[in-house]
Amino acid sequence: MRSLCGFLAGLVFGLGLVISGMTNPAKVLNFLDLAGAWDPSLAFVMLGATAVTFVGYRLAWRQPKPMLEPKFDLPASNEIDRSLVAGATIFGIGWGIGGYCPGPALTALPLLAPGTLAFVPAMLFGLWLGSRARALDILSPKGTTS
Amino acid sequence: MGPVTQTDFTPWMSLGGGVLIGISAVMVMALFGRIAGISGIARGVLGMVVPMEGTSDDAGWRIAFVLGLFVAPVAMALIGSPVEQTVSDNLVGMALAGLLVGVGTAIGSGCTSGHGVCGLARLSRRSAVAVMTFMIAAAATVHVLRHMLGVV
Repeated sequence: MRSLCGFLAGLVFGLGLVISGMTNPAKVLNFLDLAGAWDPSLAFVMLGATAVTFVGYRLAWRQPKPMLEPKFDLPASNEIDRSLVAGATIFGIGWGIGGYCPGPALTALPLLAPGTLAFVPAMLFGLWLGSRARALDILSPKGTTS
Repeated sequence: MGPVTQTDFTPWMSLGGGVLIGISAVMVMALFGRIAGISGIARGVLGMVVPMEGTSDDAGWRIAFVLGLFVAPVAMALIGSPVEQTVSDNLVGMALAGLLVGVGTAIGSGCTSGHGVCGLARLSRRSAVAVMTFMIAAAATVHVLRHMLGVV
């Protein structure tokens, strides 16, 4: 049951990425290229996704607990720290180079484009490396990890 | 990277795709009580393979979620609308991009889905700062590569 639900959620998410055009790095890069061949489509992806999530979350939170877990598990931190800003900056630079963020890159993996096959293993290695860096508190010497 | 490919403005398809992404995020919250952040889900799956800090033991539904992602483009091809994409063939550049995306989302605790969609919908101040930061960094990177270095 848990696996089936996870699979369906992933499938809907993947279909959303494909239909919206997020799995096409050229489209993403054109969205980011304000001074060039600007394609504003992805603003509509964010609009649709965030609006549905905003309303849907509030409906979900009316329940005492999630259907398959004993409690809701939400990020508690509200602190704007160095690792948040540094991480988002590094992510943004990578996104601007390749035109892939994690969801579309994974979703596009079965299409087997050479660029995707170079991107995804490097991203997984980066996730491991970044998690190590966080655990070692490299970015927050005062112990301000989130 | 790679020649600039013109892409069509697709407001309705993009809005519709966005709605599906939102529905999925709400499913993950209603079912598992969690944020549907893809970098976090990928870390959870990775934690099964290599020892990693801060990943939960419960990787089962996350693995199924990633399998669902993989099936999406295959399903689209089967119903006769294969996915169109233009991916750079500069493999060194793409590997560098992947490395930065992985490191950045791990350090910054989220990506376009976790901070972008889910975080903004939660009205999280942290996520709002993260989204502004990565949008500006990404747009600046594209600007420098395309219009200043001429690496198009």
